[in-house]
Amino acid sequence: MFGWEFPPHISGGLGTASYGLTKGLYAVGGVEILFVVPRAHGDEDQTMVRVLGASEVSVKRHFHHFEEMKRSMDYIRVDSKIVPYTDPDEFWSLKKKEVSSDRWYVQTDEEGRLSFSGKYGDDLMDEIARYALVASVIAAENDFDIIHAHDWLAYPAGIAAKEVSGKPLVIHVHATDFDRSRGNVNPDVYAIEKRGMDTADRIIAVSNLTRRTIIEKYHIPPEKVVTVYNAVEPLAINRDRFAKKSIPDKIVTFLGRITMQKGPEYFVEAAVRVLRKMDRVRFVMAGSGDMMQKMISLVAREKIADHFHFTGFLKGEDVYRMLSMSDVYVMPSVSEPFGISPLEALQSDVPVIISHQSGVAEVLTHALKVNYWDIDAMADAIYGVLNYPALTKMFRKYGKEEVNQLKWENSARQVKQIYESLLQGA
Amino acid sequence: MRRISLYFQIHQPFRLRRYRFFDIGNDHYYYDDYLNESILRKVAEKSYLRANEVMLRLLERYEGFKVAFSVTGIALEQFELYAPEVLESFRRLAAHPRVEFLAETYAHSLASLVNRDEFVRQVEQHKKALKDHFGVTPGVFRNTELIYSDEIGAMVADMGFEGILTEGAKHVLGWKSPNYLYCNAINPRLKVLLKNFKMSDDIAFRFSDQNWEEWPLTAEKFAGWLRDIPPEEEIVGLFMDYETFGEHQWEETGIFDFLEALPGAVLDTTDFVFSTPLEAVRELQPVSEISVPYPISWADEERDLTAWLGNELQDEAFQKLYALEGKIRKIKDPAIRKDWNYLQASDHFYYMCTKFFSDGAVHSYFNPYDSPYDAFINFMNVLSDFEIRVNAAHAVKEGSPEVARLNKLLKEKEKELKAYEEELKKYRGERASRKTVRKRTTKKSAGGKTSRSTSGKSNRKRSSSSGA
Repeated sequence: MFGWEFPPHISGGLGTASYGLTKGLYAVGGVEILFVVPRAHGDEDQTMVRVLGASEVSVKRHFHHFEEMKRSMDYIRVDSKIVPYTDPDEFWSLKKKEVSSDRWYVQTDEEGRLSFSGKYGDDLMDEIARYALVASVIAAENDFDIIHAHDWLAYPAGIAAKEVSGKPLVIHVHATDFDRSRGNVNPDVYAIEKRGMDTADRIIAVSNLTRRTIIEKYHIPPEKVVTVYNAVEPLAINRDRFAKKSIPDKIVTFLGRITMQKGPEYFVEAAVRVLRKMDRVRFVMAGSGDMMQKMISLVAREKIADHFHFTGFLKGEDVYRMLSMSDVYVMPSVSEPFGISPLEALQSDVPVIISHQSGVAEVLTHALKVNYWDIDAMADAIYGVLNYPALTKMFRKYGKEEVNQLKWENSARQVKQIYESLLQGA
Repeated sequence: MRRISLYFQIHQPFRLRRYRFFDIGNDHYYYDDYLNESILRKVAEKSYLRANEVMLRLLERYEGFKVAFSVTGIALEQFELYAPEVLESFRRLAAHPRVEFLAETYAHSLASLVNRDEFVRQVEQHKKALKDHFGVTPGVFRNTELIYSDEIGAMVADMGFEGILTEGAKHVLGWKSPNYLYCNAINPRLKVLLKNFKMSDDIAFRFSDQNWEEWPLTAEKFAGWLRDIPPEEEIVGLFMDYETFGEHQWEETGIFDFLEALPGAVLDTTDFVFSTPLEAVRELQPVSEISVPYPISWADEERDLTAWLGNELQDEAFQKLYALEGKIRKIKDPAIRKDWNYLQASDHFYYMCTKFFSDGAVHSYFNPYDSPYDAFINFMNVLSDFEIRVNAAHAVKEGSPEVARLNKLLKEKEKELKAYEEELKKYRGERASRKTVRKRTTKKSAGGKTSRSTSGKSNRKRSSSSGA
């Protein structure tokens, strides 16, 4: 598997999804995985076992132990100058530390996607090519049956491995550039994505929404594209540890990057409408992103700043603390290939309002769904959850049950079937 | 001589418009006129008018053909509004001696489950509507969705009805056959006529199903099944929605041809005769009582109430709605009474059903909502507004403590105002006298200042009195 990131160095959704899927495949059994990632951080807190060198690139091999599986898996890290980061704060702190380093800082979101700006230009393409080169070395030196590449940065690596080995290639589309750019597609990225999809023997999409994009925007024959939904890990954190909120007001939460893709402005507009009718309610926008300044001024302009709060970027336990204080979680994403976070909210007993333009809307029945642009419907849904307690009761009862049905083992089983069908065909 | 009893149900709810929470307290109109009119027009043309035509023809053609209907009060209101010709064609049917109309709740409501007074009121209102529109007085009752229990039967008996229709639910009948007349377990004077759900659903649900082994169903085949019924069994109740003809089963499926051919096949090739429900309960002897401790209905696989009640959404909405009954009883305002009827229609609760996984097809029929949650939020918004109106009307009517308190407050404020006015007069008087002073001292320019401050003071007084 060629990925972008892998625990413990994960910056968000893509890493979580690859990890979950890998774990699921182990649980299902019968599949051995060699996981390749570009080198993420320089800290060497893991036991390095063997270093593979090839021409001008060095490849390091790790054995990553899954204790709960009582098995070990190969984990290869490639020395690369690509450093993924999730939020501007992190980016600045990284840059401050190593101003003189020769690393390339590439902005990604929690799904591990790049937000592509011109200044990375050809250099980033060089990096991707380098990763592909390393991949071909790995492909030549290791024995495997299937190549599985996660998202566009890893597609060239997957293609290279396929060219060297002749083994079938599966590409896993966690997002396309249409999701990331809200229509303003980067032609270079599109070209890489298109080439990956054309070369692949099978394409896995994380939702039917994404599948449709692949078929319609990349002109891929439908029979080549299979939807396998993401899942969610059972909640490890004990919710009771967190103090309940100390204010009597209801709390409505937006949690995610404050970027165009996530539709934060619709959340603010819905808040304005709810606040016209209700007083004892507060809105929280947790996260950071390039639209944050704009949102703060919008909130000020609408004169609701006394009921609207910005927390900045939340990490780790703070996320769960925020969720445990929330009465309803809103995800007004404009285009969300899947969206694991509403599942996490439901795990924390928080009712969710999600946009129809998200993949997760396809798997959740016990959630309120609105069109991201329909702020009246969104406001109405928020008001409904806050004022009619039966809704929260229902969501707690059935929503959680539904989320618990979404197991990585099930997704992994489907992926394994795809592998098997490819091997039989070969 | 064995009997077959045909009964058809006609109902259309007033579907709610998209009622946002901003509307609460501001807009008191709840209905989606466009949707209601277009659905009613469509069903009227595809089903009611065509089927009525066939019925009239059959009544003319066959001396022995008989049929029974029930039309809810709110369906009658919709006919008046949107399709008066349907009402007219039902009038023609009602004038026929071999057509019977049954009583039911005016609002197609679930009142029988919670509130006897409201239940009785609605049945009375429906009886009156039947009298007004058709000049008939019903002797047999059918409850909303054929909901029935021993208790409900006893209430219906108390209202003077001779018989009631309900579902021949398997879990109630056990080994018994639905093809007999039974009687209520509490009051045996009330006869219970059961729906033969297999044969009814063969027409209502399976008629056009090409995967069904009996497809295509013909009148001859159906008559053959009737002949196969053991000779000692006395009556077959075929009860279904009238929309079966032309709407649930489209004209193209041949449903109207089937309907047209059925009476001939029955009368010519079997020993069955047609009988209206009232004739059946009068002429047949009940074989035993039937015990139904928990309510049954004709809906879904379970034949219970879970299509309307049972999940948290439905229970909450239902409770909140009927909590208003005590107050509404005393309110005469016709607008409130009308909304009270419309909001009670069981359909609103049906849309909130979360069993959509298994019975999705039926539940999504004419359902204006994307999800049960949507349906719930919309209904609750409407109900919130309705509650405000009911409370306001009730307060006026009752002279409740709240009104008394407000009246007292009002009097106090008036007193305060008077005091301020007095004070104002005093100031004005002062000002007038000062003006004369000012005239004398203009050259010193001190007077302007004084007058400004005086007017400022009186302004403040005024605003504080209105703000208090």
